[in-house]
Amino acid sequence: MPDPDFLRPELVCPAGTPAALRTAVDAGADAVYCGFQNATNARNFPGLNFTPAELEQAIGYAHAREAKVLLAVNTFPPAGRFDLWRDAIDVAARLGVDAVIVGDIGVADYAARTYPDLRLHLSVQAGASSPEAIRFYCQAFAVKRVVLPRILTVTEIAELHREIPCEIEAFIFGNIGMMAEGRCSLTNYATGLSTNMDGVCSPAADVRYEEDEDSTLTTKLGPFMIDRFACGENAGYPTICKGRYLCSSKPGGYYAFEEPVSLNLSALLPDLMRAGVTALKIEGRQRSRAYVKAVVSAFRKAVDDIMASHEPALANLLALTEGHKETQGAYRSKTWR
Amino acid sequence: MLHSSRVEPSVSPLRALLNNIPNLLLAVTPLAIIQPILGHIASHVALDHPELFARLGSHARKRFMVDPIDLPFVLILSPDNNRPTLRAYRRYEKPAHDAGIAGKFFNLLDMIDGSQDGDALFFSRDLRVTGDTEAVVALRNALDDFEGSALESVIGSFGPLAKPAALAVSGMRALQSRQNHA
Repeated sequence: MPDPDFLRPELVCPAGTPAALRTAVDAGADAVYCGFQNATNARNFPGLNFTPAELEQAIGYAHAREAKVLLAVNTFPPAGRFDLWRDAIDVAARLGVDAVIVGDIGVADYAARTYPDLRLHLSVQAGASSPEAIRFYCQAFAVKRVVLPRILTVTEIAELHREIPCEIEAFIFGNIGMMAEGRCSLTNYATGLSTNMDGVCSPAADVRYEEDEDSTLTTKLGPFMIDRFACGENAGYPTICKGRYLCSSKPGGYYAFEEPVSLNLSALLPDLMRAGVTALKIEGRQRSRAYVKAVVSAFRKAVDDIMASHEPALANLLALTEGHKETQGAYRSKTWR
Repeated sequence: MLHSSRVEPSVSPLRALLNNIPNLLLAVTPLAIIQPILGHIASHVALDHPELFARLGSHARKRFMVDPIDLPFVLILSPDNNRPTLRAYRRYEKPAHDAGIAGKFFNLLDMIDGSQDGDALFFSRDLRVTGDTEAVVALRNALDDFEGSALESVIGSFGPLAKPAALAVSGMRALQSRQNHA
């Protein structure tokens, strides 16, 4: 018997390759988000993402199974390079994606003016977290959904829901950074490449791993040592925001920004659904088919259980988390970090 | 040499010897016997999955050392689309390479086959990456775009020998599993 308190939320899942997209759809995704093989999306990693031809086939596969395909065009075009972002919007409209996820106001404006029927979602990269900012995007560009930054408690999301005229998408699992999406310049400082304009956080070409005879793993980004993991200690991504640093106020190495840890809101799903969250988002376009299958299946089952008024069976996803650690981040309390 | 980050359970000397028989056999098997099989695998994958090279881009010309730390040899993969090669070398030969991936054989196999997540193996220190990280990331992503099971596809390509090949793999996996739970 469906629970009358809840509207069925859309489970929005990541795909870095066509095979991952098919895996996500088969595992029960309601929608899959992906990007092109260039700087127009925030996971512009080597060997990842879709060509227009691959996206066209993927849309056919998803639509045949009643799943949606969302295209992330969510980076910020530098002056003189707008053509790449404009082309991405043109291709998205031509291929019939179900929505485009945008972060830049110029890209949003181009899409809204040129393709008024193309559904727009506001990317987390836009960093819009106040009712005023979100309403502006809705009024100016007819944005239909906002992907919220991971800085709000569930209570705040519920209050926000009452004040904005669009749907809410919230992250429920995956990588969690220092929550300055679209504004973080740490990679740019270290490597000269921009997360926000080139789509690369810690570009792999600048990452080096070194393991010594004691099995201590050293991770470096450009000229900077980010962390050292002792033998047997779980490791994290080579991102500056997850680095361990020497600070005068703390003895030994200290995670000054954020620890290697992943978001997992499986225990908060009913609260999020009650708060008016329309879409539940899983992070990880850079992850494998194995990750997509395990995480999407687990959350598909959990959401279906909640909708049927059953106690959700929450799978243990710890092995897939960064540093083998989970957090509910700011969703539970602002006292986090 | 990669040191294990896990506490290994104690095993009787006799059991350890029996468990290690396949490894000892591989250690004395001339690599010349293995090379044609590896060459066939490289050719089959290249023929069956030409899209792999587009994903690899310029990294297709790199040399990748795949180091199954529980086997007595390493593999050098050159996925050049004109002439892809996969060759075995003894560790002491220290073959030249641009990038390296090291881990237990079945972890590497399952990662390539899409049933293990490479990042999770890296987080748990069961996977070691050295050298050109960008090339490794490109290779990982390219291999992850395989449709279905790469292992089944490769085994199937051996024609009449597919069944014995499948039995050999499942036997090795059973042995590995027994060692892990001993």
